Amino acid sequence: MPRVKIKRKSTTTDMTAMCDVAFLLLTFFILTAKPRQQDPVPVDTPASTVTIKQPEKDIATLVVGSGKVFFDITGANIRIQTLEQMGQRYGVTFTQEEKNKYANLQAVGVPMNQMKQFLSMEPEQREKYTQPGIPADTTNNNELFHWIREARIADKVLDNAEMRISIKGNAKEEYPTIKKVITILQKQKVNKFNLITSLRSAK
Amino acid sequence: MAELDTSSDSGKGGKVRSKKASTRVDLTAMVDLAFLLITFFMLTTTLNKPQAMDLAMPDKDEKQKDNELAVAASRTMTILLGSNDKVEWYVGEPGKSTPTVEGFGKNQIRKSLLDNIQKIKASTGKDMFVIIKPSDKSIYRNMVDILDEMHITNVQSYGIVDISQPEVEELKKQNIY
Repeated sequence: MPRVKIKRKSTTTDMTAMCDVAFLLLTFFILTAKPRQQDPVPVDTPASTVTIKQPEKDIATLVVGSGKVFFDITGANIRIQTLEQMGQRYGVTFTQEEKNKYANLQAVGVPMNQMKQFLSMEPEQREKYTQPGIPADTTNNNELFHWIREARIADKVLDNAEMRISIKGNAKEEYPTIKKVITILQKQKVNKFNLITSLRSAK
Repeated sequence: MAELDTSSDSGKGGKVRSKKASTRVDLTAMVDLAFLLITFFMLTTTLNKPQAMDLAMPDKDEKQKDNELAVAASRTMTILLGSNDKVEWYVGEPGKSTPTVEGFGKNQIRKSLLDNIQKIKASTGKDMFVIIKPSDKSIYRNMVDILDEMHITNVQSYGIVDISQPEVEELKKQNIY
């Protein structure tokens, strides 16, 4: 009786399909990953144990650092609408190009009378330029007050949603600056807002 | 690579054939790299989303000043935030009980909070109310830290109130202003 010869099988597996899947996923993650937001001032958020994630839509962020306040709105159309309304209030007319530029920016802290000039800068120039922050005081008629108000109106008109306000403050920021921002928010009856924190490692 | 030689070796002379090179490329390393990158992007995208702490401030209506809610002094704990990451706290009305100066941390303010919650629960049967008064010398981190302590110790009712002049004097006395 002849010996049955067992054919030895190769141990290599076909990696092509796996490679395809891996790269497909990789492409997906790279495309969905948002570029890290560059804040106009270094902001080191304080840590907390809260693990509620910040919503993605209908949110405006007040970046507070070095005694200055910067204002960031999510959503390009809300940004454009807010800028238009602010322009009307302060007698500045923006071109479509300027509006689009503003829509692509993030946190901005420039007084309205310098806004046109700021938007006309080249991106590299803008990065080097130190923004003076949005003028804010405790009266009822300051620019920060109107920025927040116009953004809330714009959100209501376009998305029919209540805009949520977040404060992203630097951990070392002195309390009076934060208090000023909170007072401005309370002046327009925004009594509920979020404080952005980083996650504290378990103690 | 880890690959067994599967070519059946007949080993019996004959024509010398030129060995046909396989067109297959070993993709293992490439897949390894791809998965490594996937892991990296997955972790960075989910962890980068900022955490948001909810904060509700008491309604501050300038027209109606007298709608403040009166809370029994016996079940309020007042925390004054001073400089150098120090807090001063007392229970009840100011001046009636000796204030304590403490730092932030597991064995300091958190322990005091938990102690006071129990004491007040035992004596009045109600939950404690915390008043937080940040002074001008405190920093934003202190405020977030103390709100976080509220969250950890599960204090349901607390409020941030402006500090008054006598309390600033008190902080000065304790050298934390």
